[in-house]
Formats: sequence, structure tokens, C-alpha cells
Amino acid sequence: MLKRALLALAALTATSAMAEAQTRTRLMVYTALETEQLAPLKAAAEAAVPTIEIAWVRDSTGVITARAIAERANPRADVIWGLSAFSLLQMEAQEMLEPYTPRGAEALRPAMRSDRSPMTWTGMDAFVSAICFNTAVAAQRNLPRPSTWADLLNPAYRGQIVMPNPNSSGTGFLTIAGWVGAQGEARAWQYMTGLHENIQVYTHSGSAPCNNAARGEYAMGLSFDMRAVTLRNQGAPLEIIVPTDGVGYDLEATAIVRGTRNLEAAQRLADFAVSRPAMQLYGRWYALLALPGVESTVRGYPAEFEQRLVSQDIRAMANERERILREWASRFDGKSAPR
Amino acid sequence: MSSGTLPASLIPAPPVVRPRLSRAAQIMRLGQWVALMTLAMALLLPMGVLLSRAFSNQAGQFVWLANFATYVTTPALFTAAWNSLWTSALTTALVIPLAFFYAFALTRSRIPAKGFFRAAMLIPVLAPSLLPALALITLFGNQGMLRGALFGQPLYGPVGVIMAQVFSCFPHAALILAVALGTSDGRLYEAAAALKAKPLRVFMTVTLPQARYGLVSAAIVVFTLVMTDFGIPKVIGGQFPVLATDVYKQVVGQLDFNMGAVVGIVLLLPAVAAFLIDRWAQRQREATMSGRAVSYQPKPNAARDGLCLLHCLVVAGVLLGLTGVAIWGSLITFWPYNLTLTTANYAFENFDPAGWGAVWNSVKLATLVAVIGAPAIFTIAWLLERGPQGGPIPGMLRLTAQLPLAIPGLVLGLAYILFFNHPANPLGYFYGGLVILVANCLVHFYTVGHLTAMTAIRQLDPEFESVGASLRVPVFVTFGRVTVPICLPAILDIAVYLFVNAMTTVSAVIFLYGPDTKLAAIAVVHMDEAGQGSAAAAMACTILAITAAVKLFHVAMGGVVNRATQAWRQR
Repeated sequence: MLKRALLALAALTATSAMAEAQTRTRLMVYTALETEQLAPLKAAAEAAVPTIEIAWVRDSTGVITARAIAERANPRADVIWGLSAFSLLQMEAQEMLEPYTPRGAEALRPAMRSDRSPMTWTGMDAFVSAICFNTAVAAQRNLPRPSTWADLLNPAYRGQIVMPNPNSSGTGFLTIAGWVGAQGEARAWQYMTGLHENIQVYTHSGSAPCNNAARGEYAMGLSFDMRAVTLRNQGAPLEIIVPTDGVGYDLEATAIVRGTRNLEAAQRLADFAVSRPAMQLYGRWYALLALPGVESTVRGYPAEFEQRLVSQDIRAMANERERILREWASRFDGKSAPR
Repeated sequence: MSSGTLPASLIPAPPVVRPRLSRAAQIMRLGQWVALMTLAMALLLPMGVLLSRAFSNQAGQFVWLANFATYVTTPALFTAAWNSLWTSALTTALVIPLAFFYAFALTRSRIPAKGFFRAAMLIPVLAPSLLPALALITLFGNQGMLRGALFGQPLYGPVGVIMAQVFSCFPHAALILAVALGTSDGRLYEAAAALKAKPLRVFMTVTLPQARYGLVSAAIVVFTLVMTDFGIPKVIGGQFPVLATDVYKQVVGQLDFNMGAVVGIVLLLPAVAAFLIDRWAQRQREATMSGRAVSYQPKPNAARDGLCLLHCLVVAGVLLGLTGVAIWGSLITFWPYNLTLTTANYAFENFDPAGWGAVWNSVKLATLVAVIGAPAIFTIAWLLERGPQGGPIPGMLRLTAQLPLAIPGLVLGLAYILFFNHPANPLGYFYGGLVILVANCLVHFYTVGHLTAMTAIRQLDPEFESVGASLRVPVFVTFGRVTVPICLPAILDIAVYLFVNAMTTVSAVIFLYGPDTKLAAIAVVHMDEAGQGSAAAAMACTILAITAAVKLFHVAMGGVVNRATQAWRQR
């Protein structure tokens, strides 16, 4: 008797689970977020919007952007959640983003959302350029700890610094964009010319500088702050230095892909992505959030962190991108044979 | 060979069966057509769509050669082209002798443990290319245990690139050369011995000429592989610029597909050159395995066997040693600061949401590629070699089969998106699923399988078919009863080759996997990018364990197959 009741119950739950699965819309979501962030975000979004199911495709910023743009004729992604705002602006320029102002998006910091109406993208959080500094190697080679970008010009660092090649890595471009924003373009080129003397390698991958610094291959790598957290947790003697003389940043942002076959569900996810609970979740990993008043729970950032961010016009930088990259290549790439 | 003493002008052309009107020939011509159409669908059309981008601007307008003009003015172009050329040439020059003497030892000497050496030589293709890169960093990097061995040269640059390329190209050359040297006519050696020829003379006049087609193929394969590979220069090349990383720069760095297509075309030039050389080599060829041949049984020779054994031990030692370092790397907590051993790196779900699922996806994909690919590739090679030769079809088929080798994976992957994802393409249904991944892997790794099949088939005397025809046995029965069994070892080699490459490939499939079809080798790249080097090594070692198990099974099967199908060659 009991057995039969249990069976009936099991059958009932199974059918209701199936019914629920049938009514849920499966959204293909492209992202460049770190892998450990995917599961919590999926769980939170599906709990908040029970009608959707998230299927992630995750890859590095360059690869996922290239893929989305290559698929332009017949988009496969419904939503992009967690991709560099620069990438989204490039997609916007190709008319690939569906205009939609998510509920509550007006409350976001003006610099961290689309300036169009309706909006084409909304920001999630900012991550900043930083120096991944290997304290063990530094002690061994007697290198002082830098605290500003200007410090990196110290001749003692000759051949000790790695940074991503901006022509192959979005991270590399962002680092340069930060210098241009903080110092003005003419002085930024002057700075990079000086820095070039101390650079050992311009890597192709944006993650390589910090990874290599963590493995002690080089004393320091220029990268983004959040890259270093996983490395430190594994026991790398790594200090993450956010320079005090102005840092460039990139936004992680959300957008709906024009041509999605699930517009309604995609809009619900975009609504969730700017909501306070979602922002609190982003705050577990990032220091500065798009929604004012949400405190980050990441520790180790200076209190006046927000003031260090340079004022940069993301759209202007995106428009200048090609010219800046060409200029960079003619100055530094031509002589990039190893020394 | 039987006509070796006659002046060339008196030798009739090899008696290839070309009964132009026979039903068999018609069916074979039809088969050639089907093969060409299929390859056109899976290779030529996607590449055509992509390459047309080289002649248009971002807005899609036709701009003639403007993109090429821009590319030629890129400051680093000539450095990159020169670097590509000399690293490819140097790697070829290093790999070919190493692989030739290794293959020679396996086939023409009496060294012990040939099965072991045969398996060991394949290790580099059994693992994703990040595995040797991680191992080389552990050994020769700035924190490396043996960094003094580079005499102050930095690993990140041409030194690292060439070391890693030699490692990863070795098996490709050794595989082709082992097949080329594997079937040889023992009577030639008996004749040479009867004429009291010195060993060196025998080597120069019998062994080398027999293997020359294999040597040409192997050299072409190695040169082109180095030319088009961007994975190794990206990871270990530092900023050493080569043409293949230019594709990466254009496509992934700058999202400029038009320029990426331009570089892709530049990289196709070696393939065209290879095709011309192949045609030349083919005109020089003679069947080395006539119907009266007996397989060569090397006699014991202490000096030769000793040298061969030494060579094999050194080469296999290096291959195994690097792998051992990588396995150790997968078991430590964090290189180089925490060398505590742990198995936590194998709990993949902590590092990548797909977890172990990625491994099963890869196994599924690789199995499909091998099971579909090996019979298809061999049959097409046979249709091409033994089918009717008139008309443009065979030439086009030959060129098509040669192309994939020269196409960088990244370019092929992009071509697949643009072609199969096009709204007007009815095949778009398969996009994002396993089918498209299978097709992509098959095409990507077509050439080496094709060359292996061709080498094996060309060593069979066309007399087999002639005799069959005169006995009124349909050519397909000869194919099923004679050609396939004789060539079964080569077919198995192709199947295993496809399996392991599908397990380890990254560059082409990185644009094509979907949420449910993430692959293990891609997870390796992602973990490495996330700074989880040990987990990346662990995933790479898992892939290696699977491919190695398949290879060992192949070796065990090989013994059975050999006894069943090759016994007739013994006296």
C-alpha cells in the first residue's frame, strides 16, 4: 500500500517536473565570466525567473565575441550575459543588439549603461587593470614593490614585466585605454615607449601575464584584478596592486541579441541581470557594481578605490580602437623579436 | 621492380586497370563524384565562403585586393613570414631524420620491444598540445629544473617553439615513414646480398629509394603542420611572431574576419606547393610491392641493431620523460610554490561546469570520427588510386584531399560558422550539435589519413586488380578480399589517428561546440586560461590516458590482425 502510494507520488513529481521543463524556455547565453561564477548565477536567475532555463556557452572574451559576430547572419545566442562592454559596442556597431531597457536599468550608474534609449546594453560590474606582483621572485631579485604605473618605468624592472599584446587580447587593449584615459594620448604613448624597455614579452593571451607571474616565470604581469583571485587561492605568492595614479577599467555587461527567437524570456533575464539580488551576487567577485548602493563583499580593496578609476569614454575608445591598435603595432610590434 | 633492368622507354606503363566502359569503372567514377561532392560540401564551400571575405570590406563590399595591400604593409609581416618559414624548415630538418631512423629501426632491424616503441612514438599526438608546453615550462621555464640546459636562451621564443614542434610533429612523420618502410620486397635485399653490396650501398640504393615517397609526404606534412599551428607559438612562443598567430590576432584579437581570411590564404600557399610536389613525387613512383613480393625479414646485425636500439631508447625516453613531467605536474598543488601531491586536480567539476561530462563528449566525438572516417578515407583513396583516371575529377579530388592540412584550425572553424550557420543553408539544422563537430574533425584531419592510405595502396601492385579482372572477379570483390585485408593495418592506423586527434583538437572546434557538447581539450585551454595549471594538466593527462588505452588496444589488435592478414607475406 505504502509502496504504491510512494510510486504514485514519484510518478506525480516526475510528470510535474516534466511539465515544468516543457514550459521553461531554454535560453542560449554566451558569456566570458569566470567558470566558478556560472553555477551560482544560473541558479539565482532560474529561481528568480522560473520560466527560463539557462544554457551557457563560455569562452574567453575574444573567442566568444568572434563567435557571436561570425554568427550574425543567424544568431544562436539569445542573451549575452557577462561580456566586455567594448565587445558589446562592437556588436552594437553591427546592429546586433536588440534595444530594450530592462526594468530598473535607469538606476544604474550612467557611465555603466548604454547611452541609447531604449538601451542596448546594461552594465554589471567593473574590473580594473592591475599589476600581478610575484613577491617571491621580487624578494629573490631585490625588486621594489611598485605602487603606481609611473613606478614601472624604473630601470630596475628591465625585462621583468609582461603584458598582453593589445592586438591579440582585449585585456591588452583595455590596459592601454586606461593609460590613454588617465594621461591623455600623447603622454600615454610616451609612457608606453618608456615601458617598452622594461617589457620582456607581449603575450598573445590576456590571462597569460598574471598566470605567468603566479608561476614565477616573470616578476610581474599587467592584467585584471579578478584574474588573480583563483591564483592566490591556490597558493601563489601574488600581490594584486591597483596603481594609485589612475586605472582603466572594463565593464561586464548584458545585452539581448537581435534576432533571438525567445525575446520575451530574454527580456526577463535582462531584467534580472540589473536587479539588486543579481548585483549582490556580482559583488561576491567584483569590487565595483553598476547599481549604486550595493556593497561589494570582496575584501582587500582600498576604500577610495572608486576614485582611482579614470574617467574614460568607453564609446570614444571603441571608436578609436582600430587607429590606436595600428599605432601600437607600428611602434612596438615591428620590433617584437625577443631580446 | 621486376622491370628495373630495362631502359625506361621500353617499360610499359603500369598495367592499371582502366576498363573505361566497364560497369565497375562507371561505379568507381560515380564513387569519385560522390566523394568530391561530399568533400566540397564539408570543405570547399565553407572555405569558399570564408575566403570570399578576403576580398570584401567590413560592410561586405567587394574591394579587390585592398585587404592584401593593407596586410602587406603591416610592419611585422615579413618578420612573421620569415619566422614561419625558418622554424618550419628547421623543425622539418630535425624531425625527418629522427623519425626516419626510428621508423627504420621499427621495420628494418631486429631490436626488441618493437610494440613498445611503436606505441611510444605516438605519445605526442595522444595528448593535447598544451601538455608538452606545460611540461617544457616545468623543465626549462624561468623556474625550471633544467633551465641551465638552454645556455641562457629564454624558453619563450624560437627555442621553445621548435622544441615543442619537434615533439608534436614527430609521430606524424614517424607514422607515415613506418608505413612507407613497413612494406618492402625482401627479394631486393636478397639480390643485394647476393651481389655482395655493402650495407651503406644497400641503404642508399634500396632502402632510401623505396621510402622516398614517404619521405616527401612526411616532410610536407611536418612543414605544413608547423606553418599552420598557432597553439604552440601562442602558449610558448612569447611574442615571437609567426603567420599562424597573425590569424589569431586578426580573428580573436581584432575581430577582423576579412583580414583573418587574407592571412588564411597566405597560409594556403604551402598547401599548393605541397600539391605540386606530391604530383611530382607521384610521377616518380613505382609500386614497391609486386604480387610476387615477399616481406623483408631483417637478419640479425649487431652494429645496426645496437644503433637502432640506442636511437629508439633516446627518442622514446625523451617522449616518455616529457609526459612523465606533465603527469607529475597534474598531481602537484601549485607549480612551483606548493609541490604537495594531491588528486584534487582530477575533480574537474570544481574547475569547469562541464566537469567529467566534457571527457565523455570527447570520447563520443572521437569514436564517431574514427568509425566513420577511417573506412571513408580509405575507400576514397582507393577510388582515386585505382578508379578511372581520365577527366578533371581525380585531380580535383587529389587537391581537395591535400588542402585540409594547410588550413589552420581557426580558419576552418570560422568557415564552418559562416557556411553552416547561414540562414539559407538547410544543413544549419546540425549547427551546434555533434554532427557538425564530427564533420569538422573529419575534414580537419583528412590529409594525413589520406596520405597514409595512399602510401599503403600505392605499395600494392596493380597486378592484384589485373589478375582479379582476368579471373572475372569484380573489382569490388578484389577490394574487399585483397586490398582491404592487406591494408588493414594502415586502416587501423588511420582510425586511431583520427580518434586521438579528435580527442585533442582545439582550434577548429572552439567556435562550434554547444552547451551540451563541450570537449575535454577545450576544457584544458579554459582551465589554463583561468590559472588552474594543475587542473589543466590533469585534464590533459586524462585525455592522454584514454587515447593511450585506445592505442594499446590497437597494438594488441594489431598482432591479431597481422597474423590474420599478413601471414601470406612470410615464406
